[in-house]
Amino acid sequence: MPMIDIDWLKEHVEVPADLTYEQLAKDLVRVGLEEEEIHASQVTGPIVVGYVVDCTPEPQKNGKTINWCHVDVGDEYNETDENGDKVPRGIVCGAPNMAAGEKVVVTLPGAVLPGDFKIEPRKTYGHISNGMCASERELGLGNDHNGIILLNHYDLSKEEAEALKPGDDAMHLLHLDQPVLEINITPDRGYTLSYRGVAREYHHSTGAAYTDPVVALNAKAPKPVVEGDNGGDVAVEIDDGNPIHGVPGCDRYYARIVRGFNPDAPTPGWMRRRLIRAGMRSISLAVDITNYVMLDLGQPMHAYDLDKIEGPIVVRRANAGEHLTTLDGKDHELSPEDLLITDSPNGVRASRILGLAGVMGGLYGEVTAETRNVFVEAAHFDQVTIARSARRHKTPSEASKRFERGVDDQLQPAAAQMAADLLASCGGGTPSDTPVDVDRTQARTRIDFRLTETKRLTGLDTSDERIRQILEDIGCAVSEGAEPGRILVLPPSWRPDLNDPCDLVEEVARLVGYDEIPVTMPPAPVESSIGLTPNQLRQRQVADELAEYGLVETLSYPFVGSADFKAFGYDEDDIEPVSVEVANPLAGDRPYLRRTILPTLAQTVQRNIRRGIEDVSLYELGHVYLWDPNAPAIPALPGGVKPTDDQLEALDAGLPEQPLHVAAILTGKAVETGWLGERRAVDWTDAVEAMRRVADRLGAKVQLDQPRSRDVPAQWHPGRAAKVMVGDVFVGMVGELHPHVNEALGFPEHSAAFELDLTALFSTLNGKPVQAKPISTFPPVKQDLAFSVPKTISAEQLKQAIVEAAGDDLESIELFDVYTGDQMESDEKSLAYAVVFRSPDRTLQAADTEALRAAIVEKAAPLGAQLRA
Amino acid sequence: MAGSSTFDAEKVTDAVIEGIAKIKDASTMEGLKAIKAQYAGADSVMTQASRAIGGLGKDEKKTAGQLMGKLRADFGRAYGLKESEVKAEDEARKLGSETVDMTLPVNRKPIGSRHPLPKLMEDVEDLFISMGWQISEGPEVETEWYDFDALNFGPDHPARQMQDTFYVKGNQARDAAGFVGSNMVLRTQTSSDQVRGLIARGVPLYIASPGRVFRTDELDATHTPVFHQCEALAVDKNLTMGDLKGVLDKLAVTMFGPEAKSRLRPSYFPFTEPSAELDLWFPDKKGGPGWIEWGGCGMVNPNVLRSAGIDPDVYTGFAFGVGMERTLLLRHDINDMHDLVEGDVRFSKQFVMGE
Repeated sequence: MPMIDIDWLKEHVEVPADLTYEQLAKDLVRVGLEEEEIHASQVTGPIVVGYVVDCTPEPQKNGKTINWCHVDVGDEYNETDENGDKVPRGIVCGAPNMAAGEKVVVTLPGAVLPGDFKIEPRKTYGHISNGMCASERELGLGNDHNGIILLNHYDLSKEEAEALKPGDDAMHLLHLDQPVLEINITPDRGYTLSYRGVAREYHHSTGAAYTDPVVALNAKAPKPVVEGDNGGDVAVEIDDGNPIHGVPGCDRYYARIVRGFNPDAPTPGWMRRRLIRAGMRSISLAVDITNYVMLDLGQPMHAYDLDKIEGPIVVRRANAGEHLTTLDGKDHELSPEDLLITDSPNGVRASRILGLAGVMGGLYGEVTAETRNVFVEAAHFDQVTIARSARRHKTPSEASKRFERGVDDQLQPAAAQMAADLLASCGGGTPSDTPVDVDRTQARTRIDFRLTETKRLTGLDTSDERIRQILEDIGCAVSEGAEPGRILVLPPSWRPDLNDPCDLVEEVARLVGYDEIPVTMPPAPVESSIGLTPNQLRQRQVADELAEYGLVETLSYPFVGSADFKAFGYDEDDIEPVSVEVANPLAGDRPYLRRTILPTLAQTVQRNIRRGIEDVSLYELGHVYLWDPNAPAIPALPGGVKPTDDQLEALDAGLPEQPLHVAAILTGKAVETGWLGERRAVDWTDAVEAMRRVADRLGAKVQLDQPRSRDVPAQWHPGRAAKVMVGDVFVGMVGELHPHVNEALGFPEHSAAFELDLTALFSTLNGKPVQAKPISTFPPVKQDLAFSVPKTISAEQLKQAIVEAAGDDLESIELFDVYTGDQMESDEKSLAYAVVFRSPDRTLQAADTEALRAAIVEKAAPLGAQLRA
Repeated sequence: MAGSSTFDAEKVTDAVIEGIAKIKDASTMEGLKAIKAQYAGADSVMTQASRAIGGLGKDEKKTAGQLMGKLRADFGRAYGLKESEVKAEDEARKLGSETVDMTLPVNRKPIGSRHPLPKLMEDVEDLFISMGWQISEGPEVETEWYDFDALNFGPDHPARQMQDTFYVKGNQARDAAGFVGSNMVLRTQTSSDQVRGLIARGVPLYIASPGRVFRTDELDATHTPVFHQCEALAVDKNLTMGDLKGVLDKLAVTMFGPEAKSRLRPSYFPFTEPSAELDLWFPDKKGGPGWIEWGGCGMVNPNVLRSAGIDPDVYTGFAFGVGMERTLLLRHDINDMHDLVEGDVRFSKQFVMGE
């Protein structure tokens, strides 16, 4: 994101002399340019001006010649001799351009240069060197390391250079003490990727006087040769055979030639400094100038070696199979969506590719150290075309960054003029008077704007006059509308983001200031107010209940892969086709979304166990995702239009089901009694109890349906797992995890779990109030009934038989003993129930109780159950 | 019994005085009962004296009866008093012997804990419910239309690129090597609920959508690919950005205390215009109170309303979204996102049932 240098900003807007970077950041954030960071200077002093008093070359054994010099750095920094007199410092300098009489930049002991390079006195070549004379590169000012900076030849006027005295602060002189402000640009504000744009925003924030540099440049630019006319600098054709979304890839191409350019001319120091402070490298004068103009005005430019180019220049789309090697040396296979700049060698039109338009130039045609005649391109390319190409070829550039966000389509002549001026002034070139301008830009539509719109959307009470003034200040042309209270607003060419009334409202509001918007409260929507829905409340109840029961709630990422499938005993061929698959997963080994929570919850349990935590019992509420391999495809539909009912249905029909689940895994010790008594290991009973707590809290009538061992899914212990049912509705599983699963996950033996489909479970609840039964005050009859039953009969089956037989006279039934052992046949067990009989309407007599027992025994008999003595 | 028939007032009075004195000295129930047997039992002087009254003359009988009544009462009173004293002492001694160390940890069935993130989301929900809004939920695997197109993200918007968004493979792509668009994504924002809400519930609409969202950021100290947002949307006649500021201030105070407030900075989002960054004045900011970035907001873009078939000339709306993880990190001084997502029980247990 762009770096803002106050020294450069001043070119376009008046800033206070004492403006700090902190204040600048505050001023800009107010209008929406956010501070990313104020980059502090990486250099600390003392760094001062030095006068080279003498310079003695001393050839060394290694073939080098060093200079032993004495440099006057002013009284404050000079050395003191044995007589107490100030004398110049002795400094060893290896630079070939070191000479007596020069003014140089001396970094003194204590100074720190970029790269944390600390300057200290050091013994070298038989001398104590008490400081260092610095090159541009050492100071972070450029790439030049051929010699040290000689201030008499460095970018200062003669008077300025002469006025420099030994000991003067060189930090400030060379802007070394300056921080730089990096700002963030939102994607709609492409024009602020330029000093021209930022200066305008600074003006909006502070009212400082702003001068648009483009006005003067336009006045200076010669009348171009337009499309269809002859005699321009170079023939240019735009020939787009494959526009994206019907928008031509290039709607303006402006070319200007500068002849007689001196390729040896250096980039002036001020320009290098500004480029480097903007985070760019200095490459060569011609390239530096195109970059400088881009940073200043926001127009990406390209400079070609005119002598290598054969017209006409053709802007066209790539053909399938074409390749281009870009400036960075990378080869790209081109797509028919890529827009190219081509020329026509040997009369073969558009046959040679010069570059990927608006993204990056190719190796052929670029300016080199021999280029004398420069061809400058300033074009306007379509945002989408450039964005796609930059992304496709993974070559985002400063140019593509700007074109993607939208470049001013009326800026090209001014930008070319500025480049031509600089090529002339710095490089001795002569700009042509016959630039070519192929201009197919469309006139903007005027926005019909109600002056009341600002108040309607923001609540700001802004006068009509102020609204007009703000719109004009941002560059709009405002004219009267069809009726009073309406105006027609033509947005400026650098604001492609302004197209609708609401866009103008934002401009007015941000320039008035969002802080000025009065704070109000919306009305309370009484009519539609329904509170939390029953299912939202139930979700909270489930979460609270399990925490109260002693489990810890966690959240896991829903991503799973083959390792999880294997650990849980799933067959990958079965589960993958019914799992949602992410096309671009972060972790390649977990590309699927979970169908149940347990595998991802297990990862969390594992993490805890690996961290040495014992007795981990966790639960999670979350969604699972059920892929339907036969689901219909989802249509692509445009935004801004309400789809038809059929289309809306098609959108949802293709989505996978995503029910809400809750799952828990219990490991280690179940009862944390500590000093109070013995601990007990977790087993299936804990999972069943936790699951039942959830059901009871919700008022759900769940039963366990225990499948035969061979029918138990592979995740579960074949003899210790059951389906959780509400009537005929399957809502989940509970039990011990299969020993293989526990082993694979590193869980203790008998670790148990449950998982409930809450969406299914909630749907079994009708939400109606509990209907209370009358409470009988007749006396109870308490009896214990112990049955011997075959082991294949479940406690639940026998209980149901007793409940049915006893009918209304049964008040409660509780299993109090389960026994297998010496007194029982090996295939039988004893189940003992404490039952309480109580009639709703009379006192039960002995005969009644006898009849109840008889009925129960009879009902239990078909199960093979016999009442024990 | 011979010789027992004589009533000796002096003797019985002395015996009773002696008995009362012994009672006063007694310290156990056993001793007390022995004294009672000795001085008021069947063979005691007092009983013998009572028996002897029968042999006295009428007048003497009356005097002796009165004396005996007084002596019995004195003895009984002294006994009763001492008895309750001794009983109390006995009980105190017994209970004292039952003393336990009440500071021993008793935690037979320890409570577990909620994760602070869903708890925070419940708090946020409750705020909106208290204002009469509804809580809406949408699918996490979402169509591109609801996640992007309907929200004014064009097909070429940078957010729709693979480097930010998790795309879902479609059925037709299962056998192909490359990715073929399914028009499905893991939703990148709970804003995807906006147009669902508008279409399903109509206007006026006041909804908050807390939920889970996905972006292709690697997990580090400040990022997580799976995170949570709360989106709020109000669409009605006459809603303004002022109303947005009012609700944001209320949310700030609910989450961060009475000194918290919100500030808007101009920004850009495809689905709002005007748009703003939401800053929070955070009284407990490290290094002193200050503004910190909290979320994004603005007035609903007319194109979003049009996607739901709502006339933007009649209705206006505002929307905002805040990150739940960020809110939690700030509120609880959590320095590392890993703590929030790893599910370490030591983290959750700090919060027990609340946050």
